[in-house]
Amino acid sequence: MLKIANLHATVADTPILKGLNLEINAGEVHAIMGPNGSGKSTLAAVLAGRDGYEVTAGSIEYQGRDLLALAVEERARAGVFLAFQYPVEIPGVSNMEFLRASLEAVRSHRGEPNLSAVEFMKLARATSQQLQLDPEFLKRGVNEGFSGGEKKRNEILQMLLLQPNLAILDETDSGLDIDALQVVADGVNALRSPERAIIMVTHYQRLLDYVVPDYVHVLADGCILRSGGPELALELEAKGYGWLRDDAA
Amino acid sequence: MSKNLGQLDRMVHGAYEAGWTTDIESDTLAPGLNEDTVRFISARKQEPDWLLQWRLKAFRHWQTMVHPEWAHVHYPPIDYQSISYYSAPRRPGEGPQSLDEVDPELLRTYEKLGIPLHERAALAGVAVDAVFDSVSVVTTFKEKLGEAGVIFCPISEAVREHPELIRKYLGSVVPFRDNFFAGLNSAVFSDGSFVYVPKGVRCPMELSTYFRINARNTGQFERTLIVADEGSHVSYLEGCTAPQRDENQLHAAVVELIALKGAEIKYSTVQNWYPGDAEGRGGIYNFVTKRGIAHENAKISWTQVETGSAITWKYPSVILQGDNAVGEFYSVALTRGMQQADTGTKMVHVGRNTRSTIVSKGISAMRAENAYRGLVHIGAGADNARNHTQCDSLLIGDRCGAHTFPYIESRNPSATVEHEATTSKVGDDQLFLCRQRGLDPEKAVSMIVNGFCKQVFRELPMEFAVEAGKLLEVSLEGAVG
Repeated sequence: MLKIANLHATVADTPILKGLNLEINAGEVHAIMGPNGSGKSTLAAVLAGRDGYEVTAGSIEYQGRDLLALAVEERARAGVFLAFQYPVEIPGVSNMEFLRASLEAVRSHRGEPNLSAVEFMKLARATSQQLQLDPEFLKRGVNEGFSGGEKKRNEILQMLLLQPNLAILDETDSGLDIDALQVVADGVNALRSPERAIIMVTHYQRLLDYVVPDYVHVLADGCILRSGGPELALELEAKGYGWLRDDAA
Repeated sequence: MSKNLGQLDRMVHGAYEAGWTTDIESDTLAPGLNEDTVRFISARKQEPDWLLQWRLKAFRHWQTMVHPEWAHVHYPPIDYQSISYYSAPRRPGEGPQSLDEVDPELLRTYEKLGIPLHERAALAGVAVDAVFDSVSVVTTFKEKLGEAGVIFCPISEAVREHPELIRKYLGSVVPFRDNFFAGLNSAVFSDGSFVYVPKGVRCPMELSTYFRINARNTGQFERTLIVADEGSHVSYLEGCTAPQRDENQLHAAVVELIALKGAEIKYSTVQNWYPGDAEGRGGIYNFVTKRGIAHENAKISWTQVETGSAITWKYPSVILQGDNAVGEFYSVALTRGMQQADTGTKMVHVGRNTRSTIVSKGISAMRAENAYRGLVHIGAGADNARNHTQCDSLLIGDRCGAHTFPYIESRNPSATVEHEATTSKVGDDQLFLCRQRGLDPEKAVSMIVNGFCKQVFRELPMEFAVEAGKLLEVSLEGAVG
């Protein structure tokens, strides 16, 4: 589904990714870990096509297409979803209105008919209940006055509605208490299927107890330093990143 | 960052959709302004002598006045001698005609603007007065309104048909000495609408006036007067457009509202005069004086959506004269390209327990300048007066400006005056979130801007709220390269 080859990217002319290679197949869940500044969030931003992140070399193939040639919204409609580390507020635009416009854009790209207002409401209500969000919160402005945990759950709500092929979770676990983490993890697990792939960018092993990845990659200084199974995350937890770096040196 | 900025700029560089002209034969007065100009206009309108004398007094006074310089807008001096002060589509008779007699070209003009004048095709529940350059071409639903006792007609007709009302109220809220542009308007005003709602009557339909400037080198000086008698209620809307021309055109209107005891007037404006091109060539200079007086227990509410004009200088105000009077001002002002707006309101509290609310939303994009200027005045006798002001600015890109000039004068210690102000940017982050969820950049910006304006749009009559939302979309849309 996703093939990243020799990816180099800069932010404000500073090289961050330096020859990253990664291949992800449908049905797989990959965890990307690594110390601060290793390039984890940059990788997520480059995949989504955020401005200010310049790809200087390498390629990304997504479902057989050149992902880098697509605009941000084209990637989104083709099924690339990014759950934000810091979801922004859009005052005055109701969550409902936003979710509906978004779902319509994605569905019409897939050639699916738009849901009626009633069908949409039902779906949105059911999904928010699944995430233990009060349906009243659909009426509030997008992320307006939401707590940190609500914002993160709102990202998962959007993900579940849009049913992406490739979901990228950028430190979705940060700032969540244990109950909220469980809810978010349940949401992510609900999305797991043989047709989908999930990338979880995280600092901590914690999330991986709830969503068990197929692969764990450790990113350091813009490259993947080591890849392994879920046991790699446990080893990291015990020994810290320094161990890997010393090992590599 | 800079790349993104360019994209936002292109996005807000939408085309002006009402920029075409109507090819119609007009009687246009040669440019120039002197007493003869004033006499000509008055004679054309077959006005009584008292009105001519009033105009002449205004003109003489205007000649002693100086052009105001305090607003946060910049433009070269206006040559008042190079403007034509009267232009009317040529036709056989005087006064508005029945629809069958109106030049089909004019009907097509309004149709194209989305204002069908045939009553069967018209928006249900909205009566329209269509003003083209200096004259009213037609007023719809007059008979139906007449059954309720409501008078809705061109002001020139009201001068002839209802002189007692005009004499009593014309200039009573905005005297010709008030300011430079009000003085000029009083001397040369051509047409506009007059509304009278009798005691206790709730006007059965929305009233609206649609202003169109068409002729070249012509100024438009309309005058609107609305009188709501005791306990009555009326909702009035106005819309404005003009062709795209390279030279600037002057629009200096005066609107006076009188809400007698217990009456309520709701006045909504969607102003979309030609704003000029991206380099600042052409566009309407919009210098407007709007003021209402609210007597005991009366309420006046101004709602405006200002998206057009090269320069906007406009402060719809309320004098809260009677006890318990209520004044409201809800405004969205969008400036882009080289547009400049200095707009706001004055709430003058005279009576006891008077209340006023001000909600102003300014949006600036590209190189535009947007200023809110507002005065809240609490007089010595205005016991327990209350005002709440909320003033929000939204910036799109980083070459535009937003300014807030709030003035508060309180002479009564029992008054409560609150002022809140915020400035925010349409963030790259907001735009990215929307696009990452599959939305077009244009759709994203218009959604963000509409959200910002929601509080004001809620105040518009329903047909207009939709219209206003669309207008913002048109103003903000553009090719994304």
